Amino acid sequence: MKNISFFIVGIFFGIVMTKSEAISWFRIHEMFRFESFHMYGIIGTAVVLGAAVIWGMKKFKIKTLAGSTVTYNPMQLSPKRHILAGSIFGLGWALVGCCPGPMYVLLGNGYAIMILVLLGAILGTYTYGAVMDKLPH
Amino acid sequence: MELIGNTSSFLEFVSQPWHWAVSGAAIALTLALLTWMGRSFGVSTTFKGICTLAGAGKRIPFFDINIKEEYWRIAFVLGGVLGGFITANFLQSPEPVAISEATIGYLGTIGIDYPEADSRGMGFVPTEVFNFTSLKGIILALAGGFLVGFGARYGDGCTSGHAISGLAHLQLPSLITVIGFFIGGLLMTHLLFPLLMGI
Repeated sequence: MKNISFFIVGIFFGIVMTKSEAISWFRIHEMFRFESFHMYGIIGTAVVLGAAVIWGMKKFKIKTLAGSTVTYNPMQLSPKRHILAGSIFGLGWALVGCCPGPMYVLLGNGYAIMILVLLGAILGTYTYGAVMDKLPH
Repeated sequence: MELIGNTSSFLEFVSQPWHWAVSGAAIALTLALLTWMGRSFGVSTTFKGICTLAGAGKRIPFFDINIKEEYWRIAFVLGGVLGGFITANFLQSPEPVAISEATIGYLGTIGIDYPEADSRGMGFVPTEVFNFTSLKGIILALAGGFLVGFGARYGDGCTSGHAISGLAHLQLPSLITVIGFFIGGLLMTHLLFPLLMGI
C-alpha cells in the first residue's frame, strides 16, 4: 500500500516533466547546442533548491517517514569510470533526446516509439550486467 | 461555487508551458518528497529491476537483488506514465514546444522539421527520425535506448540520480559523471547526429 504514495508522486513527476518540456527531444537538442537557457534553468533551479532542502533536512535532522535521518550512500570516486560511463549515457541521451524518466513520461504522452527506446535501455542494462567484470571501475 | 467557477481558468493557467524556474522548483519538490519518504531519486534503476523480474538474477549475480525493495520505484515510474497521459489529455499546452529560432534553423539544414503539434503531443519527439515504419528509425530508437541503459548502470545512475540527487548531495562522483553526460551529448549532437541524418 505504501507504494501508492510513490505512484502519486510519480504522477506529479510525469505532469512536471511534460509541462516543463524537459521530455522534448527538441529541448535536449537545443540544450546541447547552447541555443536556449531553458533546460539549464530547469536543472540549475532543481539542483540549487534541491541542495538547499537536503542541507536543511540534514542540518535540522529531519526524520524521514522510514524513521531515519537523511543520509547518502556515497559512490567510490573513480574519475575514469564516471567520465566513460557518463559519456556513453550522454551519447544515448542526445540521440533519443530523453533520459530514463522522460522515456516513461513520453510513453504516457502517447509516443509508442518509447517502447523500443525502453526495450533498448533494458537490453543495455542487461548487457552491462553481463560484461561488468571486464570494464574498468 | 466560487471554486467550481474557477476550475476551468485554473486548468487553463496550468496548461501553459511552465517557466523554467517553476519546473525546476517542482523537480526539487519531487526530490524532497522522495527523500522525506525515505528513498533516493533515481529512475534508471527500474531497468535493473525489470531485468530481475525477467529472471536475469538466476544467471547474473548483479541482478540477484531483493525485488521487493524496488517496487516503490516501479510504482513511481508507472505514476510517471499516468502523469504523462493526464497532461497529454487534460493539460495540453495550446502551442507546440517553442524552441529557439537558431535551433529551428539548424534542424532544417539536417532535414528535421520544427516541433509540430500532432495527435501524440506538442512536438516532443521528431517522429520522422524515430518511428516503427523505417528500419533506421527502429535501430536509432533501440541503439539510443541501449546507450542510455548501459551508461546509466555503468555510471550507477542517470540524470535524476546524478544531475539532480547527486549534485544536491554535493557528490563529486556525480559532478564528474554529469561532465561525462555532456561530453557524450556534445559529441552526439555536434558530430555524430548530423552524420546519422546524412545516411
